[in-house]
Formats: sequence, structure tokens, C-alpha cells
Amino acid sequence: MAMAALATPASFASVARRRRWIERVTGLGFAMPALVLLLLTILLPLGALTLLSLTNYEFGGTDMDWVGLKNFQRALADPIIRRSLVNTLVYVAIVVPGGVLGALLIAVLVHRRKQTRSFYEVIYFLPVTSTLIAMATVWQFLLHPSLGPVNALLKWLGFAPVAFLSEPSTALATLAVIGIWQLLGFNMILFLAGLTAIPRDLYEAAEIDGCAGGIDRFLTITWPLLGPTTMFVLVTTMITAFKIFDTVAVMTRGGPVGSTEVLLYNIYLEGFQYFHTGYAAALTFIFLTFILVFSVMQTFALDRKVHY
Amino acid sequence: MATVVLSSIAKSFGPTKVLGGVDLDIADGEFLTLVGPSGCGKSTLIRIIAGLEHQDAGSVAIRGAGVDHLRPHERRVAMVFQSYALYPHMSVRANIALPLTMSRLKLRQRLPLVKHLSPGRREILRGIEADVGAVASQLQLDHLLDRKPAQLSGGQRQRVALGRAMVRSPDVFLMDEPLSNLDAKLRVHMRTELAELHKRLGATFIYVTHDQVEAMTMSDRVAMMDSGSILQLGTPSQLYEKPASLKVAQFIGSPAINLLPASVAAGGRLELFGRPLALAVDEAPGRSVTLGIRAEALSLSHGEPGSAVFSARLRRKENLGSEYILHFDLAGRDAAAGVTMRASPATAAGIHEASEVTLGFDESAAHVFGADGERIEPRGQGAATGSVVPLRA
Amino acid sequence: MSGIALSPTRSTLRRYLSLALVHAVLVAGVVFMLAPFVWMLVTSIKPPVEIFTAEISLWPKQFYALQNYGMALEKAPLLRFALNGVIICGGILIVQLLVAIPCAYALAKLDFPGRDLLFVLVLLGLCVPVQVPAMPLYIGLAHLGLLNTYFAMMVPFFISVFAIFLFRQFFRSFPDDIIHAARLDGMSEFEIVWRIVTPSAWPAIAAFCVFSAVAHWNDLYWPLIVISDAKLAPPPLGMMFFADAEAGSNYGALTAAATILTAPLVIAFLIARRRFIDGITMTGVK
Repeated sequence: MAMAALATPASFASVARRRRWIERVTGLGFAMPALVLLLLTILLPLGALTLLSLTNYEFGGTDMDWVGLKNFQRALADPIIRRSLVNTLVYVAIVVPGGVLGALLIAVLVHRRKQTRSFYEVIYFLPVTSTLIAMATVWQFLLHPSLGPVNALLKWLGFAPVAFLSEPSTALATLAVIGIWQLLGFNMILFLAGLTAIPRDLYEAAEIDGCAGGIDRFLTITWPLLGPTTMFVLVTTMITAFKIFDTVAVMTRGGPVGSTEVLLYNIYLEGFQYFHTGYAAALTFIFLTFILVFSVMQTFALDRKVHY
Repeated sequence: MATVVLSSIAKSFGPTKVLGGVDLDIADGEFLTLVGPSGCGKSTLIRIIAGLEHQDAGSVAIRGAGVDHLRPHERRVAMVFQSYALYPHMSVRANIALPLTMSRLKLRQRLPLVKHLSPGRREILRGIEADVGAVASQLQLDHLLDRKPAQLSGGQRQRVALGRAMVRSPDVFLMDEPLSNLDAKLRVHMRTELAELHKRLGATFIYVTHDQVEAMTMSDRVAMMDSGSILQLGTPSQLYEKPASLKVAQFIGSPAINLLPASVAAGGRLELFGRPLALAVDEAPGRSVTLGIRAEALSLSHGEPGSAVFSARLRRKENLGSEYILHFDLAGRDAAAGVTMRASPATAAGIHEASEVTLGFDESAAHVFGADGERIEPRGQGAATGSVVPLRA
Repeated sequence: MSGIALSPTRSTLRRYLSLALVHAVLVAGVVFMLAPFVWMLVTSIKPPVEIFTAEISLWPKQFYALQNYGMALEKAPLLRFALNGVIICGGILIVQLLVAIPCAYALAKLDFPGRDLLFVLVLLGLCVPVQVPAMPLYIGLAHLGLLNTYFAMMVPFFISVFAIFLFRQFFRSFPDDIIHAARLDGMSEFEIVWRIVTPSAWPAIAAFCVFSAVAHWNDLYWPLIVISDAKLAPPPLGMMFFADAEAGSNYGALTAAATILTAPLVIAFLIARRRFIDGITMTGVK
């Protein structure tokens, strides 16, 4: 039979098929634990959250009714939630420029140091590794109206003491400064990595071409070539700042008079203190929407990396 | 007069001495090449001339005036980098224009936003545009002006880098291994283009390379460097035909010069493999010297007078088309490395691999180096006759 | 004409001036960065009398460290908090690696049905912070009676989509030829993952370990929700319990406690600072 001649290629094909089959099974096997965990800890909860947000369920309660989009309507009309959203955005609006531009400035200055570079790196990075909750206690003391050294310094300079954390007009800004303190070093390290990636040749060529001053050098080389890094740092900082919770929870608990109530803190209160589960689920979706918008910006920022 | 004068330039990086007191006079309009193995200090030297590096001692004068206190752009030199150092985010046009924007526009005319308020900026920009266009057409870059460097081929990038250097019409060009990132064929082509550019511009070129072929083919003069000092300064033919030391002889020329151990016998006569030669030097008997013989100076011996002979076994033939390079073993001799010889295809056809032949060379074409590696002039007749063209700088 | 010929002395003077300015800015920043740390250490060795005065001094007249640290350790199980931190970070990290590495390898090098879908889910997961699934997870754990356990504290973090993403990027650049050669040599896929591919991704794994440990040692939100038993509290939560109990009255003991709970990571950082910085850079940039 003519088919006999094809026996060898056919067995090759069956070997290849078996190989493919093995690869598929191994692939699935390797991915399975991750897939199961992904389902159990992210996807199913997300689904449950969606359902919860449409109910008036209260954790521990027995009855539960569908309320449709009422939770969302209530949230958007709730003055407390509005205030907390505004507070969160104000906080972001302070931390982002401070944390990004400050880190950029420090990174540019540190980058050109030779002997002192690692010294500065370590010190600026220290707050990133420290436990913020523990340090928050220290900050509280530092800023204490009567016992803290900051106010002692202000008095010595002839200013009136400021009750940083118990004054509605200053509390949120004070938390923002602590936020900047916490993430400045992280951003600085990212900027330093971006700066290191700029070839030294370019600075030398620029020097010969007449970019002698720091301003020219920065505008001609550093800033444009750091563009992708800057975008990335900007968006990560926005996301981090938007998730402000720790300092509020330990230092101000939303006070004084709600001036530091932020979105995540309200979600925590509604969901885990008052157990207004359905309502908190709706709030969580509002929170997630913002995070997603920032993340989409990040994707665009990463895309820009290739363009030049 | 764009002369460049270096006097006793010294430079160390930490404990490593990179340059040990280099003196060099470069004439106006000259094409001078600094050549040497990597780490010999040639790049550091050119960077000191550019002002990118500061010398520890010594001084640099350009156009007869000291420039040590001047910053790179104030020295009015242009530089082409090995990596080309093109600004990746700028178009070709903006890359070439940058030196002019920097020198012709005031700071406030360059700052973002503020610049639009500055009067007179338009006219200046138009002038810059015209100058960029002129340079671009000289280098056939007209159709590429709106591209980014990443969209260019290696050769095109190289030309953009040249354009950026030319646009200010500087009278000193510094080039740091500008061809080493190109493929072999393009490199040969760009050698000619650079040499022609030099002729056309009439500017002083200082060119750094580790490739002796580039040094030999383009330069008016070559400075061969090693371990932070200049071993020999001269025209390409001087370096090739009268190498001042063993190191120069080994570095210049391809295939590399053949080195054979010889010794000084009574009366200063040299002996090669125990056979006396006609060559004589002013050295004490018993000392060993090295004979350097170029591959083209070797030939199959037919017992000509005035020619030294030794026997060798053919290891390999390399066919270059127009000629052959023959590799011989000197079996049983100290020179285990063997020798290479240029041969015409006809000569090569007559020798088979592994066959024993007798090789000879014109003794007057042999270079003699002492134990310290310095050139020794043979005594009497030998040096005057022969193929060495006596050229003095 | 030659350029703007600055005299050598003037240009050096300018260089020193700008250098001084640069360091002035940097040092001002250093003061801001270090102030809390310095104040924490100083206060933790001061007696109450000196703490509750308005004058600032950077060194106590009476050395009170033993009392402060003693009181902190006595009033709160600080070492227990630290131990909890180690258990939680270690447990999370081990499971994260065991789950993420094979999955990342499968995503990078194997062809299996649903691969693209899984990767899309991973990318999606990157955008979902833990605060989002927190409530359903809490309800689920409560129904299972698992609140106030180490497991409850660790479970949301067992899967790190970030680790999967990071390792996948790394594994993709691993040469296929080596994997083919290993298969020809008779290695199973399991061995290939753990003996060939994983060691090559060591920098990424080390970076991720640092990142994960820092994140979970310092995390407050989730433990605050699922833990009410102080014996199980990780450092931040423990610190919070202790601070609440002391209610800002005993700053000496409070700062001593803060010092003890901050010290492990800070010391680890000072010892392996290049690793930390490289790790953060890598995980941040990728």
C-alpha cells in the first residue's frame, strides 16, 4: 500500500501531537493554582461586590433586599462622601507635585554626586522601608502643639505655634507632607534609574554644542529623555496617594471636623465599623473607578516609552 | 590658524596613570591621527583637548592661545563621538541645529513659553534653518531631516553626527573612533568620505582610532600611542618603513610584521638561526636582538646574494584573490609562532601544504630591534641601500 | 574672538558656589527625612520630665532608655508583633513564589488553552488593589470562622499578579534553546522551571522578595479588618493597639516601641541597601 511509505511522517506527527498535548497539560497544571487563587481572591469577590452593591445587605443582618442603583445614588449625593472625595483629591493634588517634582530635584542633584551619592540615597530612601504607622506616632509628637520640636522652632523664630493636626485648615496638608516624606525616596530611586539610563555621551555632546548651563542641560537632555520615567512616577504617585489610609487611621481618624476624611477611610468605616455592607460596596466601586482611570493613564505612559 | 599645541599633558584616574606628559604640535589644517591599542590614553587625550576632561598637569593651546580655563563650547572645537551621541528625541534637523540654537539664541529665547515672547527669534531661526540646510545637502541628508535618529541606518547617523559638528564651521574637528560602529564595507567608504571632507573644509582634524588601517589611509601624520605616551610621531610611511620601536612595528601593518630572534656575533655581525648575516650593528657580541621582516619582504629563496635564508614548512595558504598570505612554521626553532609571507597566486600555486621550503629576505629591508625594543640602525652599507626610504620629519 | 573667557579663579569659585548650593538643598532635604528618626531615637531615651518640657534638646540629661524600652516591652508584646510580622511575610512570600513562578513560566513559554485569557486577567488584577475585594473576602472568612487567624491575614496576598507579571517578563527573555536542550536531556517541565529557569531569574526574584516583605510588614488595612486579637497583630497593627492604649501620654515608651518595630526592616535595608534599592527600582520600573 502507498500508505506504508507515509508511516514515518505519520509517527512524527503523532509524536508532535503528543508533545503539544503534554505542553498543554503542563501549562494548565502550572497555571492552575494561580488561576484558582485569582478566582477565589479577586474575581469571585469582585462579582460578590457587584451584587452586594445592589443590595441593602448589612453584615450580621438577616434580611436583604435588592435596591438597584440606590446605593450609588445615595453615595453621590452624600455630603460626607463628597467631602471625603474632595479631601482625597486635594491630598493627591498636594502629594503628586510635591512628591514628583521634589524627587526629581533631589534625583538630579544626587545623580551628579560621586562620593556622597550613596549616602544621600540611603537617607532619602529610609522612610520607604520604615513602618509608617510607627513613624506616624513620632510625627504626631514632632508636630505636637506644645511639646513638639517643630512648634518650638516656630516659636523660636517668632511665629505663633500651629496645631498642625488638630486644626481643620492644616490637618490634611500636614498629612500630605507626611505622605511626601514617605514616598519621596521611592520616586527619587525611580528617577535615578531613569537618569542613569541617559548616556553620558549625550551630556558631553551637549556640552560641546554649547549647553553649558544647568538649565540648558536639563531642558535639552534630561527632561525630554526622562519623559517616560516622569509619566510613570506621576501615575504611581497618584495611585499611591489616592489610597491614603494609614496616616488618617492612626493620626486623625478623619478629624478634626471631617477635614481629613478620605475615601478609603470612609469605605473602611462604612464596611467594617458600621457594617453598611451594600453601601460600602458601592463606595468601593467609586474608589475602583478612580484607580482604573489612573491605571489606564499608566498603560498609556508605558506605551510612550517606545516612542523616540 | 587653528593649530593645536599640547605641552606635557599628564592625567591619572585615581592610582592609574593614563597620560604621562604628552607633547604634540598639530599644524593648521593637518589630519593627525592618534592610534594605539585600547587603554593607551588616546581617547583621554582627545577629551582633554575638547575640555571634557581636565588634565592634571600641562597645557592645551588652540589657535596659539591657552584654553585650559575654557569650557568645551568656548574652545570652538567640534567633536564626533564613537556612539555619535545624537539626541534621540530630536529630529535630524534639530540635532544639527542645536549648536547654532545654543550660540545664536539667548537663554530667554530658548526657554519654554518665554521664548515665544522674545523679539527677533524668527529671523535667527530662519538663519539657522538655512545653515542646517546647507550642511545637510553637503552630506546628502536633505531627505532625512525630519526623521528621528532611531529611524536612520548606521551610516546615516554617522553623517548626522558629522553634520552637527560641521554646522558651526569650527576649525578643529575632534573625532573619537567615529567609524568603529559601522560595518566593514561602510567603514571603507567613510574613510574616503572623511578624507575628502578634510580636504574640502581645510580644518584641523584630530582623529582617534585603534585601527591602524584608518590611521595609515587618512592621516597626514600619525601619533602612535601606548601606555600614556607617544611612541612615534610621523607620516604613515615613516611609521611603516622606519618603526621606532618593536611596539610600533608590531602595531602598524597587516599581516603583522614577522619577528625572528637573532644574536650579535663577533664584530657586531648578526646571526640568524646560527647562520651569519651581512647585517652588522653597534652592539656587544652575545646580545640578542629581534629582526622584524614585513610579509612582503619575504620571498622563496633562490640563493640571491645579500639575502638571508632559513627553512620553513607551509602550514596554511590564505587566498585573498589578488594575492596569497602564506603561513609557515619554523619547526624545531624558537620562533614557534612562525612567519607569514605575501605571495602572488603563481608563487603560491608552486608550494603545497606541509612542504619544506627555503625562505629568504633582503637584509636591507630588515628592521633590527634591541632587547629594550628600540630600533637599532644597522651599520654601514646595509642601511643605505635597500628599500627603506629615508624620510625625516 | 574667543568665547567668554572666564578667568580660571572665577570659574572655580562659581563651581564651588554651585556645589555648596547643591549640598545645601540636599542637606535641607536630609534634615526633613531624618527628623522623625532622630526624634524617635532621642525621645526613646529621655525620661518623661524631659519629654514634657517645651525646650528642645537632642540628648537627654538623664539616660532613660532602659526604663522606656523596658516599659514598652512589658506593656505590649512587641517581640510577638515582630514575630507575627516575620510569620506573615514569610508565609505570604513562600506561597506567592510557589504559585507565581510556575504560572509565569507557563505564560511565558508554554502554549495552553486559555493562556491569553489568563494573562488578561493578570493585567486586570494589577489594577485592583486589595481594598476592593476586601469586603467579600471578610464576609467569606467570617462565614468560615477564619477571622483572627494567620491564614486570614495572608490569604488575599497568596496570589501576586504583580509577581506573575514581573517573572513573565523575565522568563520571556530566557533563551528557548536552553529549554529545548533541557528537554532533550530528559528533564521534566517541573525540573526545568525550578532548576533551570528560576535560578536565572534570581535578580527579579530577590527584587520581588524585598518588595513583598516591605509591603506586607508595613500593611495596616487588611490586618486591621481581620484581626482583633492583639496576640496575632503584625507590627503596624500592634503599634496602633499600643498607641491607642497609651493614648499619647507616654511618649518615651511609644517611641521606644516605634523604634523596636521599625528597626528590623531599617536594619535589613542598611545591611543590604543595594539589593533594596535595585529591587525597588526593578519592581518599580517594570
